[in-house]
Amino acid sequence: MSSRGLLANEVILLYRRRRTWAMLLALGAVPVLIAVAVRLTSGPPTGRGPAFLDRVAGNGLFVAITGLLVCIPLFLPLTVAVVAGDTIAGEAGSGTLRYLLTAPVSRPRLLLVKFTVAVLFCLSATVMVAVCGLGIGSLLFPVGPVTLLSGTTISAPAALLRVGLIALYVAVSLIGLTAVGLFISTLTDVPVGAMAAIAVLAVAAQILGQLPQLDWLHPWLFTHHWLGFADLLRDPIRWTEFGQNALLQGGYLLVFGALAYGRFASKDVLS
Amino acid sequence: MTGVSDTGDLAIHTTGLGKSFGKRRAVNNLDLAVPRGSVFGFLGPNGSGKTTTIRMLLGLATPSSGTMSVLSQPMPAAAGEVLPKVGALVEGPAFHLFLSGRANLTRLDSADSTTDRSTRTRRVDAALEKVGLGKSARVPVHAYSLGMKQRLGIANALLRERELLVLDEPTNGLDPQGTREVRHLISALAEEGTTVFVSSHLLSEIEQMCSHVAVMSAGNLVAQGTLEQLRAQGRRGVKVATPDTSVAMAVLSRLGLDPHIEPLPGGEDGIVGAVLGPETPEPERLVEGLVAAGVRVRGFTVQPASLEERFVALTGEGFDLVQ
Repeated sequence: MSSRGLLANEVILLYRRRRTWAMLLALGAVPVLIAVAVRLTSGPPTGRGPAFLDRVAGNGLFVAITGLLVCIPLFLPLTVAVVAGDTIAGEAGSGTLRYLLTAPVSRPRLLLVKFTVAVLFCLSATVMVAVCGLGIGSLLFPVGPVTLLSGTTISAPAALLRVGLIALYVAVSLIGLTAVGLFISTLTDVPVGAMAAIAVLAVAAQILGQLPQLDWLHPWLFTHHWLGFADLLRDPIRWTEFGQNALLQGGYLLVFGALAYGRFASKDVLS
Repeated sequence: MTGVSDTGDLAIHTTGLGKSFGKRRAVNNLDLAVPRGSVFGFLGPNGSGKTTTIRMLLGLATPSSGTMSVLSQPMPAAAGEVLPKVGALVEGPAFHLFLSGRANLTRLDSADSTTDRSTRTRRVDAALEKVGLGKSARVPVHAYSLGMKQRLGIANALLRERELLVLDEPTNGLDPQGTREVRHLISALAEEGTTVFVSSHLLSEIEQMCSHVAVMSAGNLVAQGTLEQLRAQGRRGVKVATPDTSVAMAVLSRLGLDPHIEPLPGGEDGIVGAVLGPETPEPERLVEGLVAAGVRVRGFTVQPASLEERFVALTGEGFDLVQ
Protein backbone atom coordinates (compact mmCIF):
# COMPACT_ATOMS: atom_id res chain seq x y z
CA MET A 1 0.00 0.00 0.00
CA SER A 2 2.71 2.37 1.08
CA SER A 3 4.79 1.63 -1.99
CA ARG A 4 1.78 2.60 -4.03
CA GLY A 5 1.82 5.96 -2.26
CA LEU A 6 5.26 6.71 -3.62
CA LEU A 7 4.45 5.30 -7.06
CA ALA A 8 1.27 7.37 -7.31
CA ASN A 9 3.24 10.45 -6.33
CA GLU A 10 5.94 9.85 -8.91
CA VAL A 11 3.32 9.29 -11.62
CA ILE A 12 1.67 12.57 -10.66
CA LEU A 13 5.08 14.25 -10.71
CA LEU A 14 5.73 12.97 -14.23
CA TYR A 15 2.43 14.16 -15.63
CA ARG A 16 2.51 17.50 -13.84
CA ARG A 17 5.71 18.43 -15.59
CA ARG A 18 5.24 20.69 -18.55
CA ARG A 19 8.22 18.98 -20.15
CA THR A 20 6.41 15.63 -20.23
CA TRP A 21 3.45 17.12 -22.05
CA ALA A 22 5.65 19.07 -24.43
CA MET A 23 7.32 15.81 -25.44
CA LEU A 24 4.04 13.91 -25.72
CA LEU A 25 2.49 16.67 -27.83
CA ALA A 26 5.54 16.78 -30.09
CA LEU A 27 5.24 13.02 -30.58
CA GLY A 28 1.52 13.37 -31.28
CA ALA A 29 2.28 15.99 -33.91
CA VAL A 30 4.31 13.52 -36.01
CA PRO A 31 1.34 11.47 -37.36
CA VAL A 32 -0.62 14.69 -37.77
CA LEU A 33 2.14 16.12 -39.96
CA ILE A 34 2.29 12.92 -42.00
CA ALA A 35 -1.47 12.84 -42.50
CA VAL A 36 -1.69 16.51 -43.48
CA ALA A 37 1.22 16.17 -45.89
CA VAL A 38 -0.36 13.17 -47.58
CA ARG A 39 -3.76 14.87 -47.71
CA LEU A 40 -2.34 18.04 -49.28
CA THR A 41 -0.45 16.19 -52.00
CA SER A 42 -2.24 13.96 -54.43
CA GLY A 43 -0.74 10.87 -52.85
CA PRO A 44 2.85 9.78 -52.91
CA PRO A 45 4.29 7.62 -55.63
CA THR A 46 4.36 4.13 -54.22
CA GLY A 47 7.71 2.78 -53.13
CA ARG A 48 9.11 6.04 -51.81
CA GLY A 49 9.09 7.32 -48.23
CA PRO A 50 8.62 5.20 -45.09
CA ALA A 51 6.88 1.85 -45.34
CA PHE A 52 3.08 1.98 -45.25
CA LEU A 53 3.09 5.64 -46.33
CA ASP A 54 1.58 4.72 -49.68
CA ARG A 55 -1.37 3.11 -47.92
CA VAL A 56 -2.26 6.10 -45.78
CA ALA A 57 -4.47 7.78 -48.37
CA GLY A 58 -6.42 4.57 -48.81
CA ASN A 59 -6.98 3.87 -45.13
CA GLY A 60 -6.66 6.28 -42.21
CA LEU A 61 -5.60 3.49 -39.84
CA PHE A 62 -2.22 3.42 -41.52
CA VAL A 63 -1.44 6.94 -40.27
CA ALA A 64 -0.95 5.53 -36.78
CA ILE A 65 1.33 2.73 -38.02
CA THR A 66 3.37 5.07 -40.22
CA GLY A 67 3.62 7.54 -37.35
CA LEU A 68 5.03 4.90 -35.01
CA LEU A 69 7.46 3.73 -37.67
CA VAL A 70 8.75 7.26 -38.23
CA CYS A 71 9.10 7.96 -34.48
CA ILE A 72 11.02 4.80 -33.58
CA PRO A 73 14.55 5.66 -34.75
CA LEU A 74 14.89 9.09 -33.16
CA PHE A 75 11.89 10.84 -31.63
CA LEU A 76 10.84 8.10 -29.23
CA PRO A 77 14.39 7.31 -28.04
CA LEU A 78 14.99 11.04 -27.49
CA THR A 79 11.99 11.44 -25.22
CA VAL A 80 12.79 8.19 -23.40
CA ALA A 81 16.36 9.47 -22.92
CA VAL A 82 15.01 12.60 -21.27
CA VAL A 83 12.74 10.69 -18.88
CA ALA A 84 15.15 7.83 -18.10
CA GLY A 85 18.11 10.19 -17.73
CA ASP A 86 16.16 12.27 -15.26
CA THR A 87 15.15 9.38 -12.97
CA ILE A 88 17.99 9.48 -10.46
CA ALA A 89 20.30 12.18 -11.84
CA GLY A 90 17.43 14.67 -11.90
CA GLU A 91 16.65 14.13 -8.21
CA ALA A 92 20.36 14.23 -7.40
CA GLY A 93 20.89 17.40 -9.43
CA SER A 94 18.07 19.28 -7.71
CA GLY A 95 19.11 17.95 -4.29
CA THR A 96 15.74 16.31 -3.70
CA LEU A 97 17.37 12.87 -3.70
CA ARG A 98 18.79 13.38 -0.21
CA TYR A 99 15.36 14.28 1.14
CA LEU A 100 13.72 11.27 -0.52
CA LEU A 101 16.36 8.96 0.93
CA THR A 102 16.05 10.43 4.42
CA ALA A 103 12.24 10.44 4.28
CA PRO A 104 13.15 7.49 4.16
CA VAL A 105 12.74 5.62 0.90
CA SER A 106 14.93 2.55 0.54
CA ARG A 107 17.21 2.79 -2.47
CA PRO A 108 15.98 -0.38 -4.24
CA ARG A 109 12.40 0.80 -3.85
CA LEU A 110 13.22 4.21 -5.29
CA LEU A 111 14.94 2.60 -8.28
CA LEU A 112 12.00 0.30 -8.86
CA VAL A 113 9.46 3.11 -8.68
CA LYS A 114 11.52 5.39 -10.92
CA PHE A 115 11.93 2.62 -13.48
CA THR A 116 8.23 1.79 -13.41
CA VAL A 117 7.36 5.43 -14.05
CA ALA A 118 9.83 5.61 -16.94
CA VAL A 119 8.29 2.50 -18.53
CA LEU A 120 4.88 4.07 -18.05
CA PHE A 121 6.15 7.03 -20.03
CA CYS A 122 7.30 4.71 -22.86
CA LEU A 123 3.78 3.34 -23.03
CA SER A 124 2.22 6.82 -22.88
CA ALA A 125 4.49 7.97 -25.68
CA THR A 126 3.63 5.15 -28.09
CA VAL A 127 -0.06 5.31 -27.21
CA MET A 128 0.07 9.06 -27.85
CA VAL A 129 1.47 8.53 -31.35
CA ALA A 130 -1.05 5.78 -32.07
CA VAL A 131 -4.06 7.68 -30.76
CA CYS A 132 -3.15 10.91 -32.56
CA GLY A 133 -2.52 8.89 -35.73
CA LEU A 134 -5.88 7.16 -35.48
CA GLY A 135 -7.62 10.45 -34.74
CA ILE A 136 -6.17 12.44 -37.62
CA GLY A 137 -6.35 9.40 -39.90
CA SER A 138 -10.06 8.93 -39.38
CA LEU A 139 -10.58 12.65 -39.81
CA LEU A 140 -8.78 13.07 -43.13
CA PHE A 141 -9.09 9.67 -44.76
CA PRO A 142 -11.60 6.86 -45.15
CA VAL A 143 -11.38 4.12 -42.54
CA GLY A 144 -12.27 0.58 -43.45
CA PRO A 145 -11.18 -3.03 -43.58
CA VAL A 146 -7.44 -3.51 -43.80
CA THR A 147 -5.61 -5.84 -46.16
CA LEU A 148 -2.79 -7.45 -44.22
CA LEU A 149 0.69 -8.24 -45.48
CA SER A 150 -0.33 -11.87 -45.87
CA GLY A 151 -3.14 -10.87 -48.20
CA THR A 152 -6.14 -11.51 -45.98
CA THR A 153 -8.47 -8.68 -45.08
CA ILE A 154 -9.62 -7.93 -41.52
CA SER A 155 -12.32 -5.56 -40.28
CA ALA A 156 -11.54 -2.07 -39.04
CA PRO A 157 -12.10 -2.93 -35.31
CA ALA A 158 -9.78 -5.94 -35.67
CA ALA A 159 -7.23 -3.68 -37.35
CA LEU A 160 -7.55 -1.27 -34.44
CA LEU A 161 -6.44 -4.08 -32.17
CA ARG A 162 -3.41 -4.65 -34.40
CA VAL A 163 -2.49 -0.96 -34.06
CA GLY A 164 -2.73 -1.36 -30.29
CA LEU A 165 -0.46 -4.39 -30.45
CA ILE A 166 2.09 -2.47 -32.49
CA ALA A 167 2.04 0.38 -29.96
CA LEU A 168 2.65 -2.19 -27.23
CA TYR A 169 5.44 -3.79 -29.27
CA VAL A 170 7.16 -0.43 -29.62
CA ALA A 171 6.73 0.35 -25.92
CA VAL A 172 8.27 -3.02 -25.00
CA SER A 173 11.11 -2.29 -27.46
CA LEU A 174 12.00 0.78 -25.40
CA ILE A 175 12.37 -1.11 -22.08
CA GLY A 176 16.00 -2.01 -22.79
CA LEU A 177 16.89 1.60 -23.48
CA THR A 178 15.02 2.67 -20.34
CA ALA A 179 17.01 0.19 -18.22
CA VAL A 180 20.29 1.39 -19.73
CA GLY A 181 19.11 4.94 -19.07
CA LEU A 182 18.32 4.17 -15.43
CA PHE A 183 21.83 2.85 -14.96
CA ILE A 184 23.44 5.87 -16.64
CA SER A 185 21.27 8.11 -14.48
CA THR A 186 22.78 6.60 -11.33
CA LEU A 187 26.27 7.50 -12.56
CA THR A 188 25.94 11.27 -12.49
CA ASP A 189 24.34 14.21 -10.72
CA VAL A 190 23.92 16.08 -14.00
CA PRO A 191 20.66 15.01 -15.64
CA VAL A 192 21.43 16.66 -18.98
CA GLY A 193 24.60 14.61 -19.26
CA ALA A 194 22.72 11.39 -18.62
CA MET A 195 20.05 12.33 -21.17
CA ALA A 196 22.62 13.10 -23.85
CA ALA A 197 24.52 9.88 -23.18
CA ILE A 198 21.36 7.79 -23.50
CA ALA A 199 20.29 9.49 -26.73
CA VAL A 200 23.77 8.98 -28.19
CA LEU A 201 23.67 5.30 -27.23
CA ALA A 202 20.32 4.83 -28.95
CA VAL A 203 21.63 6.35 -32.18
CA ALA A 204 24.99 4.55 -31.94
CA ALA A 205 23.27 1.18 -31.49
CA GLN A 206 21.26 1.79 -34.64
CA ILE A 207 24.36 2.74 -36.61
CA LEU A 208 26.14 -0.41 -35.42
CA GLY A 209 23.06 -2.31 -36.51
CA GLN A 210 23.59 -0.99 -40.04
CA LEU A 211 27.14 -2.27 -40.39
CA PRO A 212 27.24 -5.70 -42.04
CA GLN A 213 30.74 -6.29 -40.64
CA LEU A 214 29.21 -6.48 -37.18
CA ASP A 215 26.64 -9.14 -38.02
CA TRP A 216 27.52 -11.17 -34.93
CA LEU A 217 26.71 -8.21 -32.72
CA HIS A 218 23.34 -7.32 -34.22
CA PRO A 219 21.13 -9.79 -32.30
CA TRP A 220 22.49 -8.36 -29.05
CA LEU A 221 21.69 -4.71 -29.78
CA PHE A 222 18.64 -3.41 -27.95
CA THR A 223 17.66 -1.70 -31.18
CA HIS A 224 17.74 -4.95 -33.18
CA HIS A 225 13.96 -5.57 -33.20
CA TRP A 226 12.84 -1.96 -33.12
CA LEU A 227 11.40 -1.99 -36.64
CA GLY A 228 10.34 -5.63 -36.57
CA PHE A 229 6.64 -5.28 -35.93
CA ALA A 230 5.54 -6.19 -39.47
CA ASP A 231 4.76 -9.75 -38.32
CA LEU A 232 1.92 -8.31 -36.26
CA LEU A 233 0.28 -7.34 -39.56
CA ARG A 234 0.04 -10.93 -40.81
CA ASP A 235 -2.75 -13.43 -40.45
CA PRO A 236 -2.34 -15.34 -38.27
CA ILE A 237 -0.02 -13.13 -36.22
CA ARG A 238 3.53 -14.45 -36.02
CA TRP A 239 4.70 -13.90 -32.47
CA THR A 240 8.31 -15.03 -32.95
CA GLU A 241 9.81 -11.58 -33.26
CA PHE A 242 7.58 -10.21 -30.50
CA GLY A 243 8.88 -12.96 -28.22
CA GLN A 244 12.52 -12.51 -29.22
CA ASN A 245 12.21 -8.77 -28.68
CA ALA A 246 10.60 -9.21 -25.26
CA LEU A 247 13.33 -11.66 -24.27
CA LEU A 248 16.09 -9.29 -25.43
CA GLN A 249 14.54 -6.31 -23.64
CA GLY A 250 14.06 -8.44 -20.52
CA GLY A 251 17.74 -9.38 -20.67
CA TYR A 252 18.72 -5.71 -20.85
CA LEU A 253 16.40 -4.99 -17.96
CA LEU A 254 18.02 -7.69 -15.81
CA VAL A 255 21.60 -6.74 -16.61
CA PHE A 256 21.24 -2.97 -16.41
CA GLY A 257 18.75 -3.15 -13.55
CA ALA A 258 21.35 -5.10 -11.58
CA LEU A 259 24.09 -2.64 -12.58
CA ALA A 260 21.91 0.31 -11.56
CA TYR A 261 21.18 -1.36 -8.22
CA GLY A 262 24.84 -2.20 -7.68
CA ARG A 263 25.83 1.36 -8.37
CA PHE A 264 23.03 3.13 -6.54
CA ALA A 265 22.89 0.94 -3.43
CA SER A 266 26.41 1.89 -2.43
CA LYS A 267 26.55 5.38 -3.88
CA ASP A 268 27.46 8.30 -1.64
CA VAL A 269 24.73 10.87 -2.11
CA LEU A 270 26.70 14.10 -1.91
CA SER A 271 24.55 16.39 -4.01
CA MET B 1 33.45 14.52 28.56
CA THR B 2 29.68 14.82 28.67
CA GLY B 3 29.53 12.70 31.77
CA VAL B 4 27.32 10.21 29.99
CA SER B 5 28.62 6.70 30.18
CA ASP B 6 25.60 4.64 29.20
CA THR B 7 25.24 4.71 25.43
CA GLY B 8 21.50 4.20 25.87
CA ASP B 9 21.30 7.86 26.85
CA LEU B 10 22.85 8.98 23.61
CA ALA B 11 20.84 10.08 20.60
CA ILE B 12 23.93 9.98 18.41
CA HIS B 13 27.06 8.03 19.19
CA THR B 14 29.99 7.57 16.84
CA THR B 15 33.32 5.90 17.44
CA GLY B 16 36.28 6.42 15.19
CA LEU B 17 34.05 7.69 12.39
CA GLY B 18 36.00 8.65 9.28
CA LYS B 19 35.37 9.49 5.66
CA SER B 20 37.84 9.88 2.83
CA PHE B 21 37.22 11.14 -0.67
CA GLY B 22 40.14 9.77 -2.61
CA LYS B 23 43.19 10.95 -0.75
CA ARG B 24 41.41 13.75 1.03
CA ARG B 25 40.33 12.95 4.56
CA ALA B 26 37.06 14.85 5.10
CA VAL B 27 36.27 13.46 8.54
CA ASN B 28 38.83 11.89 10.79
CA ASN B 29 38.36 9.57 13.76
CA LEU B 30 35.25 11.24 15.09
CA ASP B 31 33.89 10.26 18.53
CA LEU B 32 30.61 12.12 18.91
CA ALA B 33 28.35 11.67 21.93
CA VAL B 34 25.06 13.54 21.69
CA PRO B 35 22.95 13.09 24.85
CA ARG B 36 19.23 12.58 24.42
CA GLY B 37 17.23 15.71 25.13
CA SER B 38 20.12 18.05 24.44
CA VAL B 39 20.30 20.86 21.95
CA PHE B 40 23.65 19.96 20.50
CA GLY B 41 25.60 22.54 18.55
CA PHE B 42 27.91 21.18 15.88
CA LEU B 43 30.28 24.01 15.26
CA GLY B 44 33.05 24.49 12.76
CA PRO B 45 34.21 26.70 9.91
CA ASN B 46 33.10 26.02 6.35
CA GLY B 47 34.68 22.86 5.02
CA SER B 48 35.48 21.36 8.40
CA GLY B 49 33.49 18.18 7.76
CA LYS B 50 30.17 19.01 9.45
CA THR B 51 27.94 18.24 6.49
CA THR B 52 29.88 15.09 5.59
CA THR B 53 29.36 13.86 9.15
CA ILE B 54 25.65 14.62 8.92
CA ARG B 55 25.41 12.78 5.60
CA MET B 56 26.97 9.73 7.19
CA LEU B 57 24.67 9.91 10.21
CA LEU B 58 21.65 9.93 7.88
CA GLY B 59 22.89 7.04 5.76
CA LEU B 60 23.49 9.17 2.66
CA ALA B 61 27.21 8.48 2.63
CA THR B 62 29.03 5.36 3.78
CA PRO B 63 31.75 5.86 6.40
CA SER B 64 35.26 4.83 5.40
CA SER B 65 35.93 3.75 8.96
CA GLY B 66 34.32 3.60 12.40
CA THR B 67 30.84 2.86 13.66
CA MET B 68 27.83 4.99 14.49
CA SER B 69 24.50 4.57 16.18
CA VAL B 70 21.54 6.91 15.96
CA LEU B 71 18.74 6.62 18.53
CA SER B 72 20.57 3.57 19.92
CA GLN B 73 20.40 1.67 16.64
CA PRO B 74 23.28 1.00 14.28
CA MET B 75 23.45 3.15 11.17
CA PRO B 76 23.21 2.72 8.26
CA ALA B 77 22.03 -0.86 8.94
CA ALA B 78 18.84 0.22 10.72
CA ALA B 79 18.12 3.22 8.47
CA GLY B 80 14.58 2.03 7.70
CA GLU B 81 13.66 2.04 11.38
CA VAL B 82 15.71 5.01 12.51
CA LEU B 83 15.08 7.62 9.81
CA PRO B 84 11.29 7.90 10.29
CA LYS B 85 12.09 9.14 13.82
CA VAL B 86 14.62 11.65 12.50
CA GLY B 87 13.74 14.96 10.88
CA ALA B 88 16.50 16.33 8.72
CA LEU B 89 17.60 19.46 6.95
CA VAL B 90 20.81 18.71 5.05
CA GLU B 91 22.88 21.29 3.25
CA GLY B 92 20.04 23.63 2.50
CA PRO B 93 16.53 22.96 1.27
CA ALA B 94 15.85 21.26 -2.07
CA PHE B 95 12.45 20.95 -3.68
CA HIS B 96 10.80 20.51 -7.03
CA LEU B 97 10.33 24.09 -8.12
CA PHE B 98 7.20 23.59 -10.21
CA LEU B 99 5.32 21.99 -7.31
CA SER B 100 3.78 24.02 -4.50
CA GLY B 101 5.28 23.89 -1.02
CA ARG B 102 2.35 21.77 0.05
CA ALA B 103 2.70 19.32 -2.85
CA ASN B 104 6.41 18.95 -2.13
CA LEU B 105 5.77 18.09 1.51
CA THR B 106 2.97 15.69 0.57
CA ARG B 107 5.34 13.96 -1.81
CA LEU B 108 8.03 13.52 0.83
CA ASP B 109 5.53 12.38 3.43
CA SER B 110 4.08 9.73 1.15
CA ALA B 111 7.60 8.63 0.25
CA ASP B 112 7.99 7.54 3.88
CA SER B 113 6.19 4.21 3.93
CA THR B 114 5.62 4.39 7.68
CA THR B 115 3.51 7.56 7.72
CA ASP B 116 -0.21 7.52 8.32
CA ARG B 117 -2.03 8.47 5.15
CA SER B 118 -5.21 9.53 6.90
CA THR B 119 -3.47 12.26 8.88
CA ARG B 120 -1.23 13.43 6.01
CA THR B 121 -3.15 16.55 5.01
CA ARG B 122 -3.45 17.66 8.61
CA ARG B 123 0.22 17.04 9.39
CA VAL B 124 1.43 18.80 6.23
CA ASP B 125 -0.71 21.84 7.00
CA ALA B 126 0.40 21.88 10.63
CA ALA B 127 4.08 21.76 9.61
CA LEU B 128 3.57 24.61 7.14
CA GLU B 129 1.72 26.61 9.79
CA LYS B 130 4.54 26.02 12.30
CA VAL B 131 7.13 27.68 10.06
CA GLY B 132 4.80 30.47 8.97
CA LEU B 133 4.19 29.28 5.43
CA GLY B 134 0.45 28.69 5.81
CA LYS B 135 -0.39 31.48 3.39
CA SER B 136 2.13 30.42 0.72
CA ALA B 137 1.34 26.72 0.88
CA ARG B 138 -0.20 26.59 -2.59
CA VAL B 139 2.37 28.77 -4.34
CA PRO B 140 4.94 26.96 -6.53
CA VAL B 141 8.31 26.80 -4.82
CA HIS B 142 10.05 28.70 -7.64
CA ALA B 143 8.24 31.79 -6.39
CA TYR B 144 9.63 31.30 -2.86
CA SER B 145 12.43 33.45 -1.49
CA LEU B 146 15.54 31.78 -0.10
CA GLY B 147 14.22 32.23 3.42
CA MET B 148 10.86 30.69 2.52
CA LYS B 149 12.59 27.66 1.00
CA GLN B 150 14.61 27.33 4.18
CA ARG B 151 11.40 27.42 6.20
CA LEU B 152 9.89 24.77 3.94
CA GLY B 153 12.96 22.63 4.53
CA ILE B 154 12.42 22.94 8.28
CA ALA B 155 8.72 22.14 7.82
CA ASN B 156 9.76 18.91 6.10
CA ALA B 157 11.76 17.97 9.17
CA LEU B 158 8.64 18.57 11.29
CA LEU B 159 6.18 16.51 9.23
CA ARG B 160 5.70 14.06 12.06
CA GLU B 161 6.78 13.67 15.66
CA ARG B 162 10.51 13.19 15.69
CA GLU B 163 12.83 11.97 18.41
CA LEU B 164 15.79 13.63 16.77
CA LEU B 165 16.12 16.65 14.53
CA VAL B 166 19.29 17.05 12.47
CA LEU B 167 19.42 20.60 11.20
CA ASP B 168 22.34 21.62 9.00
CA GLU B 169 22.73 25.41 9.10
CA PRO B 170 19.01 25.97 9.74
CA THR B 171 19.17 29.77 9.76
CA ASN B 172 20.99 30.14 6.45
CA GLY B 173 19.28 32.75 4.30
CA LEU B 174 16.86 33.81 7.00
CA ASP B 175 16.40 37.42 8.03
CA PRO B 176 16.99 38.33 11.70
CA GLN B 177 13.33 37.77 12.51
CA GLY B 178 13.34 34.39 10.82
CA THR B 179 16.49 33.48 12.71
CA ARG B 180 14.81 34.31 15.97
CA GLU B 181 11.74 32.29 15.02
CA VAL B 182 13.89 29.27 14.25
CA ARG B 183 15.62 29.66 17.61
CA HIS B 184 12.27 29.77 19.39
CA LEU B 185 11.08 26.77 17.41
CA ILE B 186 14.14 24.79 18.38
CA SER B 187 13.83 25.63 22.07
CA ALA B 188 10.12 24.76 21.98
CA LEU B 189 10.87 21.40 20.39
CA ALA B 190 13.66 20.75 22.87
CA GLU B 191 11.28 21.44 25.74
CA GLU B 192 9.00 18.74 24.38
CA GLY B 193 11.93 16.34 24.65
CA THR B 194 13.17 16.27 21.07
CA THR B 195 16.92 16.04 20.72
CA VAL B 196 18.17 18.70 18.33
CA PHE B 197 21.49 18.35 16.56
CA VAL B 198 22.19 21.65 14.88
CA SER B 199 25.24 22.53 12.83
CA SER B 200 26.45 26.04 12.27
CA HIS B 201 29.51 28.04 11.47
CA LEU B 202 28.10 30.90 13.52
CA LEU B 203 29.21 30.80 17.11
CA SER B 204 26.66 33.35 18.32
CA GLU B 205 23.85 31.16 17.06
CA ILE B 206 25.11 28.07 18.86
CA GLU B 207 25.77 30.07 22.00
CA GLN B 208 22.19 31.28 22.10
CA MET B 209 20.37 28.00 21.74
CA CYS B 210 22.56 25.04 22.59
CA SER B 211 23.19 23.16 25.79
CA HIS B 212 26.05 21.13 24.35
CA VAL B 213 28.59 21.82 21.69
CA ALA B 214 31.17 20.03 19.61
CA VAL B 215 33.78 21.86 17.56
CA MET B 216 35.15 20.58 14.27
CA SER B 217 38.29 21.74 12.56
CA ALA B 218 39.71 20.28 9.35
CA GLY B 219 37.80 17.05 9.79
CA ASN B 220 38.77 16.55 13.41
CA LEU B 221 36.69 16.90 16.53
CA VAL B 222 38.69 19.38 18.61
CA ALA B 223 36.33 19.87 21.54
CA GLN B 224 33.09 18.46 22.89
CA GLY B 225 31.06 19.09 26.01
CA THR B 226 28.50 21.35 27.60
CA LEU B 227 28.63 25.02 26.76
CA GLU B 228 29.96 25.78 30.25
CA GLN B 229 32.72 23.19 29.99
CA LEU B 230 33.89 24.67 26.76
CA ARG B 231 33.68 28.21 28.01
CA ALA B 232 35.70 27.28 31.11
CA GLN B 233 38.50 26.04 28.86
CA GLY B 234 38.71 29.48 27.32
CA ARG B 235 41.40 31.95 28.26
CA ARG B 236 41.22 35.57 29.21
CA GLY B 237 42.67 38.25 27.00
CA VAL B 238 43.92 41.80 27.33
CA LYS B 239 43.59 44.76 25.04
CA VAL B 240 45.84 47.81 25.18
CA ALA B 241 44.84 51.04 23.49
CA THR B 242 47.94 53.09 22.65
CA PRO B 243 49.57 55.12 19.89
CA ASP B 244 52.86 53.30 20.55
CA THR B 245 51.79 49.97 19.16
CA SER B 246 55.21 48.70 18.15
CA VAL B 247 56.74 49.36 21.57
CA ALA B 248 53.74 47.75 23.23
CA MET B 249 54.15 44.70 21.01
CA ALA B 250 57.80 44.41 22.01
CA VAL B 251 57.02 44.74 25.71
CA LEU B 252 54.25 42.15 25.67
CA SER B 253 56.41 39.76 23.70
CA ARG B 254 59.18 40.18 26.22
CA LEU B 255 56.72 39.36 29.00
CA GLY B 256 55.96 36.04 27.34
CA LEU B 257 52.74 36.85 25.47
CA ASP B 258 51.91 36.49 21.82
CA PRO B 259 50.51 39.91 21.00
CA HIS B 260 48.85 41.04 17.79
CA ILE B 261 47.73 44.40 16.45
CA GLU B 262 44.00 44.64 15.94
CA PRO B 263 42.86 46.57 12.92
CA LEU B 264 41.07 49.73 13.90
CA PRO B 265 39.29 52.16 11.60
CA GLY B 266 40.35 55.81 12.03
CA GLY B 267 42.06 57.46 15.02
CA GLU B 268 45.74 57.41 15.79
CA ASP B 269 45.52 54.92 18.65
CA GLY B 270 46.08 51.30 17.85
CA ILE B 271 44.86 48.31 19.79
CA VAL B 272 47.25 45.58 20.79
CA GLY B 273 45.62 42.39 21.96
CA ALA B 274 46.99 39.25 23.58
CA VAL B 275 45.66 36.09 25.11
CA LEU B 276 46.52 35.32 28.70
CA GLY B 277 47.78 31.88 29.52
CA PRO B 278 48.52 30.08 32.80
CA GLU B 279 52.20 31.04 32.52
CA THR B 280 51.79 34.70 31.66
CA PRO B 281 52.06 37.52 34.21
CA GLU B 282 48.94 38.98 35.79
CA PRO B 283 47.36 41.95 33.97
CA GLU B 284 48.61 44.54 36.48
CA ARG B 285 52.19 43.41 35.83
CA LEU B 286 51.59 43.92 32.13
CA VAL B 287 50.44 47.52 32.68
CA GLU B 288 53.43 48.11 34.88
CA GLY B 289 55.78 46.83 32.22
CA LEU B 290 54.11 48.85 29.48
CA VAL B 291 54.25 52.10 31.45
CA ALA B 292 57.83 51.47 32.49
CA ALA B 293 58.79 51.12 28.84
CA GLY B 294 57.19 54.48 28.08
CA VAL B 295 54.16 53.20 26.27
CA ARG B 296 51.35 55.74 26.43
CA VAL B 297 48.61 53.47 27.73
CA ARG B 298 45.28 55.13 26.94
CA GLY B 299 43.13 52.13 27.66
CA PHE B 300 43.57 48.71 29.13
CA THR B 301 40.89 46.06 29.30
CA VAL B 302 40.88 42.49 30.53
CA GLN B 303 38.42 40.36 28.64
CA PRO B 304 36.87 37.37 30.33
CA ALA B 305 37.20 33.94 28.78
CA SER B 306 34.77 33.85 25.86
CA LEU B 307 33.49 31.08 23.71
CA GLU B 308 34.51 33.07 20.68
CA GLU B 309 38.12 33.20 21.79
CA ARG B 310 37.97 29.47 22.46
CA PHE B 311 36.42 28.82 19.07
CA VAL B 312 39.04 30.85 17.26
CA ALA B 313 41.78 29.18 19.28
CA LEU B 314 40.42 25.78 18.26
CA THR B 315 39.70 26.41 14.61
CA GLY B 316 42.07 29.15 13.54
CA GLU B 317 41.28 32.65 12.41
CA GLY B 318 40.47 34.39 9.18
CA PHE B 319 39.67 33.07 5.77
CA ASP B 320 42.45 30.56 5.53
CA LEU B 321 40.58 27.31 5.69
CA VAL B 322 42.58 24.61 7.41
CA GLN B 323 43.13 21.89 4.88
